[in-house]
Amino acid sequence: MNFELLTQLIVNGLIVGLLYGVIGMCFVLVYKSTKIVNFAQGEFLLIGAWVCWAALVYLQLPFFLGFLLSMCFMAAFGMLLQMIVLRPMIGEPIISVIMITIGLSIFFQSLMKWIFGVSPQSYPQVFDTQNINILGLNIEMAYLMSTVIALVIMLAFYFFFKYSKHGLAMRATAFDQQVAQSLGISVKNVFAMSWAIAATVSATAGVVLGMVNGVSDSLSIMGIKVFPAVILGGLDSIIGAIVGGVIIGVLENVAEFVDSQYLQIGNMYDIAPFYVLLVILWFKPYGLFGTKDIERI
Amino acid sequence: MSSLALRPCGDFRTSYKQDNTIFETKTIRRMAIIAILVLCTAPLFLDGYLLTLCIQISYLGIAALGLNILVGYTGQISLGHGAFFGFGAFASAWLNTSFQIPVFLSIPLAGFMTMAVGMMFGLPAARIKGLYLAIATLASQFIIEDFFARADWFSGGSYGAAAEPLSMFGFVFDTDQSFYYVALFALVTMFIWACNLLRSRDGRAFVAIRDHYLSAEIMGIKLNKYRLLSFGISSFYAGIGGALYAHYLGYVSAEGFTIFLSIQFLAMIIIGGLGSVKGTLMGVIFMVFLPEVLESAVSVLKDTDWGNVPMVVDGLAYIKEMAIGLVIIGFLIFEPEGLAHRWAQIKNYWKFYPFSY
Repeated sequence: MNFELLTQLIVNGLIVGLLYGVIGMCFVLVYKSTKIVNFAQGEFLLIGAWVCWAALVYLQLPFFLGFLLSMCFMAAFGMLLQMIVLRPMIGEPIISVIMITIGLSIFFQSLMKWIFGVSPQSYPQVFDTQNINILGLNIEMAYLMSTVIALVIMLAFYFFFKYSKHGLAMRATAFDQQVAQSLGISVKNVFAMSWAIAATVSATAGVVLGMVNGVSDSLSIMGIKVFPAVILGGLDSIIGAIVGGVIIGVLENVAEFVDSQYLQIGNMYDIAPFYVLLVILWFKPYGLFGTKDIERI
Repeated sequence: MSSLALRPCGDFRTSYKQDNTIFETKTIRRMAIIAILVLCTAPLFLDGYLLTLCIQISYLGIAALGLNILVGYTGQISLGHGAFFGFGAFASAWLNTSFQIPVFLSIPLAGFMTMAVGMMFGLPAARIKGLYLAIATLASQFIIEDFFARADWFSGGSYGAAAEPLSMFGFVFDTDQSFYYVALFALVTMFIWACNLLRSRDGRAFVAIRDHYLSAEIMGIKLNKYRLLSFGISSFYAGIGGALYAHYLGYVSAEGFTIFLSIQFLAMIIIGGLGSVKGTLMGVIFMVFLPEVLESAVSVLKDTDWGNVPMVVDGLAYIKEMAIGLVIIGFLIFEPEGLAHRWAQIKNYWKFYPFSY
């Protein structure tokens, strides 16, 4: 047993898992308030990361300005996407809704490849030190920052939904659209806002991941990897998304460890979450925290 | 089955048997037979390039028809059809090279193997539906893809597998011209089989499940059985299509069977029309010709001022992918019922011309 490697992997898993949690939260937010399953979540990360990269490299902006610019861009982008493409889809069968987000995903993925090319690009240096040593573990500075950002986003979500007027409106809409509308909540605005929030927050995760690994179209895979996390947590539970994200993040690293030490199958890191996904769907389709669908005739 | 408006005056149905015919009217049946006969002579006047596209349409059409039975008629969602298509391709090549089973037997056998695999992955379908099923099939896509990359004994790993051309009674179907007839035969057989299936008891059960699964269950339709059966049939079609693909190209490699292929299959049936056999074929033709049209459009652009813009000329692969995404979005927003619906409208318009109201 190589304990040092295992601890390192578990810590990495926790950090990446928190990011999965953040992306999962956006996914759940969109699903809860608009009943749309967003297969284009990964492209939000990708677009956000590329826009931020372009702002830093082409416009030579300082990091925080460029970051802010890309966030504003993503908020507008998410809102426009909802208004133009997804609003006509209200009330359509689930296959159409799924397919339209898949179509968006293909379109934006290849658009990004077309504009920025396929080779990974790295961000300009943001921090002075690359690695930091905590309790004998080597942790990349960007990862540390990502953890802090993830926790801040989670706290912000909590306060937003608990206390702010818009957050309460969104929760009311998620609970019952017609009741919310009759109480004077603009459901249209809520829909647009939830897409804007999802796009912005996922883009943050995209920038963070881009700083660690470089920006390339492999970022969009995160949008698919988040499925095991949200299904494990329950599709309509924000806490579930976080818990599921952390569990999946740790689990894929542990699977990688077991595989590299004992099994030698290879590629376990990518594929283990999907086996878990099938098992969850088989035994507990509504996840750990999801509400069970009860159908009345 | 058929819409009343399209029936000629005085064509009344007085028995279930009459109402269940494959072709709505005698004219349509005659037209279909003539179309098949014309297609039989196609190798005489089509050049190699168009013939290749025709063969492509047939094997993709068979697989897409299977997906339409699952999605359009039973109302289940599958994002793993591309992987099943690939499984059929590898299975047929594997049966042929490892067990020396002749190709004309290994193609149907590959279909049955794919059916077994599809039913295994369709097992969750007995419990879950809609969105959850979509995600479960997405998982199966990745798991099968991973299996292709790893199982050297089955797929040849990263080298891929070689597949011998189809031969029967000493005649080898290794040219485009000869394989065209094999593909056409398979296409026609599979389409007639699908039409027959859909007017049988099982087919009606599928439609009942799609329309309202609770009512269907109350009427005594076993949901689990029929959902699983639908998965099996759809994978069988995918397997047959894949096997034809393998023996046409003579070589199978795992790179082709990604999630993108699954999405393309879904795009075909959405463009053609969910729940329409005829629409499936239209959708496949559309999706096969779309990249070719784009390619020729770009090659026309090359001669103009745009020819110097590297983004247009070098970005062809991305433009093709983007076009597929755009077409999916456009059809879902503007024509959700697909080309089959548009075709019916055109027919209606001319039927009642000039008084189309």
